[in-house]
Amino acid sequence: MMSAMKTKIKHHIEDRHLLAYSAGALPEAFSLMVATHISLCDRCRAQVEAYDALGGAVLEAVTDSSDAGLDRALAAIDAVSPEVTPRPEPAKTGVIPAPLRDYIGGDLDAVRWRPVGLGVRQAILPTSGEATARLLFIPAGAAVPDHGHRGTELTMVLQGAFSDETDSFARGDVETADEALNHMPVADISADCICLAVTDAPLRFNTLLPRLIQPFLRI
Amino acid sequence: MPDGPAVAVRAAGPKAKKRVRSKPQELTTMEPSAEPDWPALIGRIRDHRDRDAFARLFCHFAPRIRGFMMKSGADATTAEECAQDVMVTLWRKAHLFDPARASAATWIFTIARNRRIDMLRKQRRPEPEDLGWGPEPETDQADALALQQDSARLKDAMTKLPEAQRHLIERTYFGDLSHREIAAETGLPLGTIKSRIRLALDRLRHHMK
Repeated sequence: MMSAMKTKIKHHIEDRHLLAYSAGALPEAFSLMVATHISLCDRCRAQVEAYDALGGAVLEAVTDSSDAGLDRALAAIDAVSPEVTPRPEPAKTGVIPAPLRDYIGGDLDAVRWRPVGLGVRQAILPTSGEATARLLFIPAGAAVPDHGHRGTELTMVLQGAFSDETDSFARGDVETADEALNHMPVADISADCICLAVTDAPLRFNTLLPRLIQPFLRI
Repeated sequence: MPDGPAVAVRAAGPKAKKRVRSKPQELTTMEPSAEPDWPALIGRIRDHRDRDAFARLFCHFAPRIRGFMMKSGADATTAEECAQDVMVTLWRKAHLFDPARASAATWIFTIARNRRIDMLRKQRRPEPEDLGWGPEPETDQADALALQQDSARLKDAMTKLPEAQRHLIERTYFGDLSHREIAAETGLPLGTIKSRIRLALDRLRHHMK
């Protein structure tokens, strides 16, 4: 019943983030958000795959005539046994889509919640340090205190629904918040609300590093 | 947008309306060009472990992967290792290639990009839930052909972009821009290819029911 076809998603991930996902430029936490959203949203999945086609065109346009070692590759494929794994079965989508399950280590019951006050709970997920990912649990009818954002924050509903000053958000919907947005999300009264939230608010370790050289420092 | 060649295929006869099960190597009616039928070659790897098909794919794509990696900041040795890895992955995973959703270049790009994230950024790249492919590997021949033609047109369109614009797209894919700097306006008509992929996704969803 939770299949993507039945999910009416109103709020999508912005194209710039879908393009950055396709280009491989997103921090891991944001990639997790995109992978989780497009597991439920074929509109955004098609957009990502269209951007992949653009990546294919960029690859085709690269010129490099040097010998890339065919003999070595032929020896390598002789050494690997053909992969016999069948095409993957369609995943059974529960509350938690597959990419997120990998980070939780299971479904909802495997989440290790920590209270953050007023009945709201969170669980930080392990990703690289450029951005953070966490699950939020907001009891039915409860509010997350009024807050602003330092960087860009994406919040996606996995269960229940919430509303804030801008609109209402249900399963699969993503709210994109930046420095300009101050809001107080309130969970719908009908069910506890569970969300995935990611933010690229800079961590104190990398605020001084110019963004462009950062990827190279991670080699 | 009307699609000349694809419409011609569809109009070829009443059978063209039906969902015909087909294998990529039957896609031999590509529009005339010097471009080899890459999906057919990948199909030959999948079905016959065809080393000649692999060699042809390798000679075209491996230098490009190597160049792509070097433009992404890898040194020559690392870039060559990546090209080798990516091509061996193509050999091992040929059965996962779906010509109704991606051209060979697109599919190879995604493998190379993931390898780059792995090697240069030392990060995982979460992938979306797999949609599976229905009970049997099944590809609609006309849809696959149309997608390949869309991809060829996209490649052409990119070569005709103003230099500065093309340069910006390349920098995006070579990893020169941070996610904060990336803008979604590419100046390219991606709508056609997106609709085509959407149709292929709808068909997969239908099979999943």
